[in-house]
Amino acid sequence: MALHFELVTPARLVRSDDVYMVVVPGTEGEEGVLEGHAPFMTTMRDGAVRIYKTEGAAPEEIRVTGGFAEVGENGLTVLAEHVEG
Amino acid sequence: MASLKELKGRINSVKSTQKITKAKQMVAAAKLRKAQAAAEAARPYASRLAAVMGSIAGKVTVSESSPKLLAGTGKDQVHLLVVANSDKGLCGAFNSNVVKAALSAARELEGQGKTVLFYLIGRKGRAVIRRAYPKAVLASFDTTSVREPGYAEAEAIADELMALYDEGKFDVAHLFYSKFKSALQQDPTQQQIVPVPTQSAATKLDAGAGSAVDYEPEEEAILAALLPRYLRTQLFGALLENSASEQGASMTAMDNATRNAGELINKLTIQYNRSRQAAITTELIEIIAGAEAL
Repeated sequence: MALHFELVTPARLVRSDDVYMVVVPGTEGEEGVLEGHAPFMTTMRDGAVRIYKTEGAAPEEIRVTGGFAEVGENGLTVLAEHVEG
Repeated sequence: MASLKELKGRINSVKSTQKITKAKQMVAAAKLRKAQAAAEAARPYASRLAAVMGSIAGKVTVSESSPKLLAGTGKDQVHLLVVANSDKGLCGAFNSNVVKAALSAARELEGQGKTVLFYLIGRKGRAVIRRAYPKAVLASFDTTSVREPGYAEAEAIADELMALYDEGKFDVAHLFYSKFKSALQQDPTQQQIVPVPTQSAATKLDAGAGSAVDYEPEEEAILAALLPRYLRTQLFGALLENSASEQGASMTAMDNATRNAGELINKLTIQYNRSRQAAITTELIEIIAGAEAL
C-alpha cells in the first residue's frame, strides 16, 4: 500500500505521487508519515522534506520554507510557500 | 469636402492604428491564456488552505487573546481600501470600474462617519484616487517592474499591510479587484481581508473536518501561523484574478477598436473613391466644354 503525497505551493502543484513514506520536519519534531496515518496537522520548520519512494530506498529531499502539513483521508498534503529543487 | 491627399493621409493613419490594436489584441489573447493557467495552478493551494483555516477556525473561539489578525483591533474606525489596478492602459473600462467601486465604497464609509485610507497596487488608479482623496493615500505598491504578478509580490504587499496594521494605522481592510468571469465580463469585487473573516472561512468547512485530528502545536498556534499565510494567499489570488481580468478586458477592448477602425477605413475609402471620381468627372466636363467652345 502506498501513501498519497501532495506538495502544493501557491504557484503550482509541485508533486502528486504515491510513495512509501514521507518524513516531515514539524515544528515540534520530525514526523514520519506512512500510509494509514491518523489525521493530524502541523506547522513545519524550514527544512527538507524527505520522500522515500519505496521501503529502504534512498530518500529524495525537497527543501521547503513556510510549510504546513496535513494528514487526512486522502493522504499527506504539504502546503509550502517556497520550494527548492 | 476634404482633399484627396488629406483623405489618403487619414486612411493610412487609421490603418496603422488598426495594426496596433490588432497586435495588442493578439498579445492580450496569448497573455490571457497564460494568466488563466496561472490562476488555475494557484487554486489547489488556496482551496486547501481555506479548508484547513475553516476547520481550525471552527474549533477556536475568538477572544481577547486571539491573534489581532483574527480578532481585530476592537475598533471599526479607520478603513483601509486596498485597490488593485494594472500598470498599463488599453484595456477598456477595467481600471475605472475597480476604482469606481472603491470610491463608492469610500463615500459610503465616510457617510457612516468612518475614516477612509487607500493602499494602491498598480499605477493606473492612482491619479483618480489622488484627485478624489488627496490626503487619504496611505501607501502604494509599485508593480511596474514585474511582468506578471507572483507570490513574491503578494508576500511583499501582505507584509507591508501587516506592518501597517501592527502600527495601528487601520482597523479594517477591504480589497478591491476585478474578478475574472470571462473575456467579456469582469466583475469589480470587494472583499474584507483584515481582520480575517472567519465566518466565511468556517462556512467552507467540509464534512470530514469534524473528525478527530491531532494538532501539533495546538490549534491557536497553528491558526496564528496560518493567518499571515492566508492573507498572502488571498492577495495572490486577487492579483492573479486581476491580471487575467486585465488581459480579458484588453482583448475585448482591442477587438472592438480593431473592428471600429475597419469600419472607419471602409467609410473613408468610399469617400476617397467618390471624391476621386468627382474630380475626374469635373476634369472631363472641362475638357469637353473647352473642345465645344472651339
